[in-house]
Amino acid sequence: MSDAAIDTDGQGAATRIGPVVSVATAGDFFALLKPRVMSLVLFTGLAGLVAAPGVMNPIAAFAALLCIGVGAGASGALNMWYDADIDAIMARTATRPIPSGRVTPREALAFGLVLSAFSVFSLGILVNWLSAGLLAFTIVFYVAVYTMWLKRSTPQNIVIGGLAGAMPPAVGWAAATGSLDIAPLVMVGIIFLWTPPHFWALALYRSADYARAGVPMMPVVAGEAETRRQIVIYTAATVLFSLAPLALGFAGLLYAAVAIAAGAWFLSAAITVARRPGDHKVAMKLFGVSIVYLFALFAAFIAETAIGIAPLVAS
Amino acid sequence: MNDSDIVPMALTPQEIRARRSRNVAIALALFAMVALFFAMTIVRMGGAALDRN
Repeated sequence: MSDAAIDTDGQGAATRIGPVVSVATAGDFFALLKPRVMSLVLFTGLAGLVAAPGVMNPIAAFAALLCIGVGAGASGALNMWYDADIDAIMARTATRPIPSGRVTPREALAFGLVLSAFSVFSLGILVNWLSAGLLAFTIVFYVAVYTMWLKRSTPQNIVIGGLAGAMPPAVGWAAATGSLDIAPLVMVGIIFLWTPPHFWALALYRSADYARAGVPMMPVVAGEAETRRQIVIYTAATVLFSLAPLALGFAGLLYAAVAIAAGAWFLSAAITVARRPGDHKVAMKLFGVSIVYLFALFAAFIAETAIGIAPLVAS
Repeated sequence: MNDSDIVPMALTPQEIRARRSRNVAIALALFAMVALFFAMTIVRMGGAALDRN
Protein backbone atom coordinates (compact mmCIF):
# COMPACT_ATOMS: atom_id res chain seq x y z
CA MET A 1 0.00 0.00 0.00
CA SER A 2 2.91 2.31 0.67
CA ASP A 3 5.05 1.17 -2.25
CA ALA A 4 5.87 3.91 -4.74
CA ALA A 5 4.88 3.25 -8.31
CA ILE A 6 5.90 5.07 -11.45
CA ASP A 7 4.12 4.01 -14.58
CA THR A 8 5.41 5.21 -17.90
CA ASP A 9 3.93 5.01 -21.35
CA GLY A 10 7.14 3.66 -22.83
CA GLN A 11 8.20 7.07 -24.18
CA GLY A 12 9.64 8.21 -20.88
CA ALA A 13 6.64 10.36 -20.04
CA ALA A 14 4.98 9.61 -16.75
CA THR A 15 1.35 8.68 -16.94
CA ARG A 16 0.75 7.99 -13.28
CA ILE A 17 2.89 8.46 -10.22
CA GLY A 18 2.24 7.97 -6.55
CA PRO A 19 1.71 5.24 -3.99
CA VAL A 20 0.17 1.97 -5.07
CA VAL A 21 -3.36 2.29 -3.77
CA SER A 22 -5.01 -0.72 -2.23
CA VAL A 23 -8.13 -2.05 -3.90
CA ALA A 24 -9.02 -4.11 -0.84
CA THR A 25 -12.46 -3.39 0.57
CA ALA A 26 -13.57 -3.80 4.16
CA GLY A 27 -15.26 -7.03 3.04
CA ASP A 28 -11.91 -8.40 1.84
CA PHE A 29 -10.35 -7.71 5.23
CA PHE A 30 -13.35 -9.30 6.92
CA ALA A 31 -12.83 -12.41 4.76
CA LEU A 32 -9.26 -12.60 6.16
CA LEU A 33 -10.79 -13.23 9.58
CA LYS A 34 -12.26 -16.59 8.43
CA PRO A 35 -15.78 -15.68 9.61
CA ARG A 36 -17.13 -19.25 9.56
CA VAL A 37 -14.30 -20.51 11.77
CA MET A 38 -14.79 -17.45 13.95
CA SER A 39 -18.47 -18.30 14.49
CA LEU A 40 -17.55 -21.72 15.91
CA VAL A 41 -14.86 -20.15 18.08
CA LEU A 42 -17.33 -17.58 19.40
CA PHE A 43 -19.94 -20.22 20.11
CA THR A 44 -17.59 -22.51 22.04
CA GLY A 45 -16.10 -19.50 23.83
CA LEU A 46 -19.62 -18.44 24.81
CA ALA A 47 -20.28 -21.95 26.14
CA GLY A 48 -17.20 -21.75 28.39
CA LEU A 49 -18.21 -18.30 29.56
CA VAL A 50 -21.83 -19.24 30.27
CA ALA A 51 -21.02 -22.57 31.93
CA ALA A 52 -18.63 -20.89 34.36
CA PRO A 53 -19.93 -20.37 37.92
CA GLY A 54 -21.15 -16.93 38.92
CA VAL A 55 -22.76 -14.16 36.92
CA MET A 56 -20.61 -12.05 34.61
CA ASN A 57 -21.52 -8.48 33.78
CA PRO A 58 -23.10 -8.60 30.30
CA ILE A 59 -20.91 -5.77 28.98
CA ALA A 60 -17.79 -7.53 30.25
CA ALA A 61 -19.04 -10.78 28.70
CA PHE A 62 -19.62 -9.00 25.39
CA ALA A 63 -16.14 -7.47 25.55
CA ALA A 64 -14.62 -10.87 26.28
CA LEU A 65 -16.41 -12.53 23.36
CA LEU A 66 -15.50 -9.67 21.03
CA CYS A 67 -11.83 -10.01 21.95
CA ILE A 68 -11.95 -13.82 21.57
CA GLY A 69 -13.59 -13.43 18.13
CA VAL A 70 -11.15 -10.77 16.97
CA GLY A 71 -8.18 -12.77 18.28
CA ALA A 72 -9.38 -15.86 16.40
CA GLY A 73 -9.90 -13.76 13.29
CA ALA A 74 -6.44 -12.25 13.62
CA SER A 75 -4.85 -15.68 13.73
CA GLY A 76 -6.87 -16.56 10.61
CA ALA A 77 -5.45 -13.49 8.84
CA LEU A 78 -1.90 -14.43 9.84
CA ASN A 79 -2.55 -17.99 8.66
CA MET A 80 -3.70 -16.66 5.27
CA TRP A 81 -0.64 -14.41 5.08
CA TYR A 82 1.76 -17.31 5.68
CA ASP A 83 -0.13 -19.86 3.57
CA ALA A 84 -0.81 -17.61 0.56
CA ASP A 85 1.51 -19.72 -1.61
CA ILE A 86 -0.31 -23.01 -0.99
CA ASP A 87 -3.73 -21.32 -0.89
CA ALA A 88 -3.13 -20.21 -4.49
CA ILE A 89 -2.60 -23.85 -5.54
CA MET A 90 -5.69 -25.36 -3.88
CA ALA A 91 -9.12 -24.89 -5.49
CA ARG A 92 -10.85 -24.47 -2.10
CA THR A 93 -8.64 -21.56 -1.08
CA ALA A 94 -7.59 -19.97 -4.40
CA THR A 95 -10.32 -17.33 -4.14
CA ARG A 96 -9.15 -16.11 -0.71
CA PRO A 97 -8.24 -12.40 -0.57
CA ILE A 98 -4.44 -12.79 -0.93
CA PRO A 99 -4.15 -15.41 -3.72
CA SER A 100 -6.88 -13.64 -5.68
CA GLY A 101 -4.86 -10.40 -5.46
CA ARG A 102 -7.44 -8.33 -3.59
CA VAL A 103 -5.26 -7.96 -0.47
CA THR A 104 -1.46 -7.81 -0.48
CA PRO A 105 0.49 -10.10 1.88
CA ARG A 106 1.85 -7.04 3.71
CA GLU A 107 -1.65 -5.72 4.32
CA ALA A 108 -2.76 -9.10 5.69
CA LEU A 109 0.32 -9.37 7.94
CA ALA A 110 -0.16 -5.88 9.36
CA PHE A 111 -3.89 -6.47 9.82
CA GLY A 112 -3.28 -9.78 11.62
CA LEU A 113 -0.56 -8.43 13.90
CA VAL A 114 -2.51 -5.29 14.85
CA LEU A 115 -5.70 -7.22 15.59
CA SER A 116 -3.75 -9.85 17.58
CA ALA A 117 -2.20 -7.17 19.78
CA PHE A 118 -5.47 -5.26 20.17
CA SER A 119 -7.51 -8.35 21.06
CA VAL A 120 -5.03 -9.66 23.65
CA PHE A 121 -4.35 -6.32 25.36
CA SER A 122 -8.02 -5.29 25.28
CA LEU A 123 -9.03 -8.60 26.88
CA GLY A 124 -6.34 -8.12 29.53
CA ILE A 125 -7.29 -4.52 30.32
CA LEU A 126 -11.06 -4.93 30.10
CA VAL A 127 -11.53 -8.41 31.59
CA ASN A 128 -8.51 -10.19 33.09
CA TRP A 129 -4.97 -11.19 32.20
CA LEU A 130 -5.41 -14.97 32.54
CA SER A 131 -7.91 -15.00 29.69
CA ALA A 132 -5.68 -12.59 27.73
CA GLY A 133 -2.70 -14.91 28.24
CA LEU A 134 -4.72 -17.91 27.06
CA LEU A 135 -5.87 -15.95 24.00
CA ALA A 136 -2.25 -14.99 23.23
CA PHE A 137 -1.24 -18.65 23.61
CA THR A 138 -4.04 -19.65 21.22
CA ILE A 139 -2.94 -17.15 18.56
CA VAL A 140 0.76 -18.03 18.86
CA PHE A 141 0.02 -21.77 18.83
CA TYR A 142 -2.18 -21.49 15.73
CA VAL A 143 0.19 -19.26 13.79
CA ALA A 144 3.67 -20.37 14.88
CA VAL A 145 3.16 -24.02 15.87
CA TYR A 146 0.38 -25.13 13.51
CA THR A 147 0.69 -22.86 10.46
CA MET A 148 4.44 -22.27 10.30
CA TRP A 149 5.69 -25.61 11.63
CA LEU A 150 3.29 -28.55 11.75
CA LYS A 151 1.06 -27.95 8.74
CA ARG A 152 3.78 -28.53 6.17
CA SER A 153 5.81 -31.09 8.08
CA THR A 154 3.63 -33.87 9.53
CA PRO A 155 0.31 -35.64 8.98
CA GLN A 156 -0.29 -35.07 12.70
CA ASN A 157 -0.57 -31.34 11.88
CA ILE A 158 -4.25 -30.96 12.66
CA VAL A 159 -4.12 -33.40 15.59
CA ILE A 160 -1.61 -31.29 17.55
CA GLY A 161 -2.57 -27.99 15.93
CA GLY A 162 -6.18 -28.64 16.88
CA LEU A 163 -5.33 -27.46 20.38
CA ALA A 164 -5.51 -23.87 19.13
CA GLY A 165 -9.07 -24.29 17.89
CA ALA A 166 -10.01 -26.13 21.08
CA MET A 167 -8.97 -23.36 23.47
CA PRO A 168 -11.93 -20.90 23.27
CA PRO A 169 -14.03 -22.53 26.05
CA ALA A 170 -11.03 -22.20 28.39
CA VAL A 171 -10.57 -18.55 27.39
CA GLY A 172 -14.29 -17.91 27.97
CA TRP A 173 -14.25 -19.64 31.35
CA ALA A 174 -11.11 -17.76 32.40
CA ALA A 175 -12.73 -14.48 31.31
CA ALA A 176 -15.73 -15.20 33.54
CA THR A 177 -13.90 -16.50 36.61
CA GLY A 178 -10.26 -15.40 36.40
CA SER A 179 -9.30 -19.05 36.91
CA LEU A 180 -9.40 -22.45 35.24
CA ASP A 181 -11.09 -25.67 36.30
CA ILE A 182 -11.60 -29.24 35.10
CA ALA A 183 -14.86 -28.34 33.27
CA PRO A 184 -13.35 -25.97 30.67
CA LEU A 185 -10.44 -28.35 30.17
CA VAL A 186 -12.89 -31.17 29.40
CA MET A 187 -14.60 -28.86 26.88
CA VAL A 188 -11.18 -28.21 25.32
CA GLY A 189 -10.60 -31.97 25.23
CA ILE A 190 -13.87 -32.58 23.38
CA ILE A 191 -12.97 -30.09 20.63
CA PHE A 192 -9.39 -31.39 20.53
CA LEU A 193 -10.58 -34.97 19.85
CA TRP A 194 -13.28 -33.76 17.43
CA THR A 195 -10.83 -31.82 15.23
CA PRO A 196 -9.07 -34.75 13.45
CA PRO A 197 -12.21 -36.48 12.08
CA HIS A 198 -13.61 -33.07 11.13
CA PHE A 199 -10.57 -32.06 9.08
CA TRP A 200 -9.74 -35.52 7.75
CA ALA A 201 -13.27 -35.75 6.31
CA LEU A 202 -12.49 -32.58 4.37
CA ALA A 203 -9.00 -33.86 3.50
CA LEU A 204 -10.47 -37.07 2.03
CA TYR A 205 -12.62 -34.94 -0.27
CA ARG A 206 -9.77 -32.57 -1.12
CA SER A 207 -6.81 -34.96 -1.01
CA ALA A 208 -5.74 -34.19 -4.61
CA ASP A 209 -5.65 -30.49 -3.73
CA TYR A 210 -3.51 -31.10 -0.65
CA ALA A 211 -1.18 -33.41 -2.59
CA ARG A 212 -0.69 -30.79 -5.32
CA ALA A 213 0.10 -28.15 -2.70
CA GLY A 214 2.52 -30.49 -0.88
CA VAL A 215 0.61 -30.41 2.40
CA PRO A 216 1.17 -33.75 4.18
CA MET A 217 -2.42 -34.36 5.24
CA MET A 218 -3.24 -37.86 6.49
CA PRO A 219 -4.87 -39.13 3.23
CA VAL A 220 -1.87 -37.89 1.21
CA VAL A 221 0.78 -39.46 3.45
CA ALA A 222 -0.86 -42.53 5.00
CA GLY A 223 -3.51 -43.20 2.39
CA GLU A 224 -7.28 -43.03 2.43
CA ALA A 225 -7.81 -46.42 4.13
CA GLU A 226 -5.70 -45.46 7.14
CA THR A 227 -7.39 -42.05 7.28
CA ARG A 228 -10.84 -43.65 7.34
CA ARG A 229 -9.72 -45.99 10.13
CA GLN A 230 -8.37 -43.10 12.20
CA ILE A 231 -11.54 -41.08 11.56
CA VAL A 232 -13.59 -43.84 13.21
CA ILE A 233 -11.14 -44.14 16.14
CA TYR A 234 -11.10 -40.38 16.84
CA THR A 235 -14.87 -40.07 16.38
CA ALA A 236 -15.48 -42.91 18.86
CA ALA A 237 -13.03 -41.24 21.28
CA THR A 238 -14.82 -37.90 20.88
CA VAL A 239 -18.26 -39.41 21.52
CA LEU A 240 -17.00 -41.32 24.56
CA PHE A 241 -15.16 -38.32 25.95
CA SER A 242 -18.25 -36.14 25.40
CA LEU A 243 -19.87 -38.14 28.22
CA ALA A 244 -17.19 -37.00 30.68
CA PRO A 245 -19.12 -33.82 31.66
CA LEU A 246 -21.94 -36.08 32.89
CA ALA A 247 -19.64 -38.17 35.07
CA LEU A 248 -17.78 -35.12 36.35
CA GLY A 249 -21.01 -33.41 37.38
CA PHE A 250 -21.26 -30.35 35.18
CA ALA A 251 -23.86 -31.49 32.65
CA GLY A 252 -27.46 -32.60 33.02
CA LEU A 253 -30.21 -34.50 31.28
CA LEU A 254 -30.47 -32.26 28.20
CA TYR A 255 -26.73 -32.51 27.55
CA ALA A 256 -26.91 -36.29 28.06
CA ALA A 257 -29.67 -36.62 25.46
CA VAL A 258 -27.83 -34.44 22.93
CA ALA A 259 -24.44 -36.07 23.53
CA ILE A 260 -25.89 -39.57 23.06
CA ALA A 261 -28.17 -38.81 20.09
CA ALA A 262 -25.81 -36.48 18.20
CA GLY A 263 -22.87 -38.72 19.14
CA ALA A 264 -24.60 -41.76 17.62
CA TRP A 265 -25.28 -39.73 14.45
CA PHE A 266 -21.66 -38.52 14.27
CA LEU A 267 -20.29 -42.04 14.83
CA SER A 268 -22.61 -43.58 12.26
CA ALA A 269 -21.53 -40.97 9.67
CA ALA A 270 -17.88 -41.84 10.42
CA ILE A 271 -18.55 -45.58 10.09
CA THR A 272 -20.29 -44.94 6.77
CA VAL A 273 -17.14 -43.19 5.54
CA ALA A 274 -15.05 -46.19 6.64
CA ARG A 275 -17.36 -48.63 4.85
CA ARG A 276 -17.47 -46.80 1.52
CA PRO A 277 -13.92 -46.39 0.21
CA GLY A 278 -13.67 -43.83 -2.55
CA ASP A 279 -17.09 -42.31 -1.85
CA HIS A 280 -16.10 -38.73 -1.13
CA LYS A 281 -19.70 -37.56 -0.87
CA VAL A 282 -20.08 -39.40 2.45
CA ALA A 283 -16.83 -37.77 3.59
CA MET A 284 -18.30 -34.33 2.90
CA LYS A 285 -21.47 -35.39 4.70
CA LEU A 286 -19.35 -36.35 7.72
CA PHE A 287 -17.70 -32.92 7.55
CA GLY A 288 -21.13 -31.27 7.78
CA VAL A 289 -22.35 -33.67 10.49
CA SER A 290 -19.24 -32.96 12.58
CA ILE A 291 -20.01 -29.22 12.56
CA VAL A 292 -23.65 -29.74 13.57
CA TYR A 293 -22.52 -32.21 16.27
CA LEU A 294 -20.16 -29.73 17.91
CA PHE A 295 -22.71 -26.91 17.71
CA ALA A 296 -25.36 -29.18 19.28
CA LEU A 297 -23.06 -30.25 22.10
CA PHE A 298 -22.07 -26.71 23.05
CA ALA A 299 -25.63 -25.43 22.53
CA ALA A 300 -26.65 -27.99 25.17
CA PHE A 301 -24.03 -26.59 27.60
CA ILE A 302 -25.41 -23.09 27.03
CA ALA A 303 -29.08 -24.13 27.19
CA GLU A 304 -28.64 -26.07 30.43
CA THR A 305 -27.20 -23.03 32.17
CA ALA A 306 -29.83 -20.72 30.65
CA ILE A 307 -32.71 -23.00 31.65
CA GLY A 308 -31.13 -24.02 34.93
CA ILE A 309 -30.98 -27.79 34.43
CA ALA A 310 -29.10 -29.46 37.28
CA PRO A 311 -26.16 -31.81 36.64
CA LEU A 312 -26.99 -35.51 36.62
CA VAL A 313 -24.21 -36.25 39.07
CA ALA A 314 -23.34 -33.96 41.98
CA SER A 315 -19.86 -32.55 41.47
CA MET B 1 12.27 12.98 -15.33
CA ASN B 2 11.22 16.63 -15.09
CA ASP B 3 8.82 17.99 -12.55
CA SER B 4 6.50 18.73 -15.44
CA ASP B 5 6.27 14.99 -16.12
CA ILE B 6 4.64 14.46 -12.75
CA VAL B 7 0.89 14.45 -12.97
CA PRO B 8 -1.43 14.46 -9.98
CA MET B 9 -2.40 11.02 -8.78
CA ALA B 10 -5.92 10.22 -9.89
CA LEU B 11 -7.61 7.30 -8.20
CA THR B 12 -9.71 4.95 -10.23
CA PRO B 13 -13.39 4.59 -9.24
CA GLN B 14 -12.58 1.11 -7.88
CA GLU B 15 -9.79 2.51 -5.69
CA ILE B 16 -12.06 5.29 -4.42
CA ARG B 17 -14.82 2.80 -3.55
CA ALA B 18 -12.37 0.49 -1.80
CA ARG B 19 -10.80 3.36 0.17
CA ARG B 20 -14.21 4.64 1.28
CA SER B 21 -15.21 1.14 2.36
CA ARG B 22 -12.02 0.77 4.43
CA ASN B 23 -12.39 4.25 5.95
CA VAL B 24 -15.98 3.61 7.03
CA ALA B 25 -14.98 0.25 8.56
CA ILE B 26 -12.07 1.83 10.47
CA ALA B 27 -14.30 4.65 11.73
CA LEU B 28 -16.93 2.19 12.95
CA ALA B 29 -14.30 -0.03 14.60
CA LEU B 30 -12.70 2.94 16.38
CA PHE B 31 -16.08 4.24 17.55
CA ALA B 32 -17.05 0.77 18.80
CA MET B 33 -13.76 0.43 20.66
CA VAL B 34 -14.11 3.82 22.36
CA ALA B 35 -17.71 2.98 23.32
CA LEU B 36 -16.64 -0.41 24.68
CA PHE B 37 -13.80 1.05 26.78
CA PHE B 38 -16.13 3.78 28.07
CA ALA B 39 -18.84 1.25 28.98
CA MET B 40 -16.33 -1.03 30.71
CA THR B 41 -14.91 1.90 32.66
CA ILE B 42 -18.41 2.68 33.96
CA VAL B 43 -18.96 -1.01 34.78
CA ARG B 44 -15.71 -1.18 36.73
CA MET B 45 -16.43 2.02 38.63
CA GLY B 46 -19.87 0.69 39.49
CA GLY B 47 -21.87 2.97 41.78
CA ALA B 48 -18.82 5.19 42.22
CA ALA B 49 -19.38 6.53 38.70
CA LEU B 50 -22.18 8.74 40.06
CA ASP B 51 -20.32 9.75 43.24
CA ARG B 52 -19.45 13.46 42.86
CA ASN B 53 -17.82 13.83 46.30
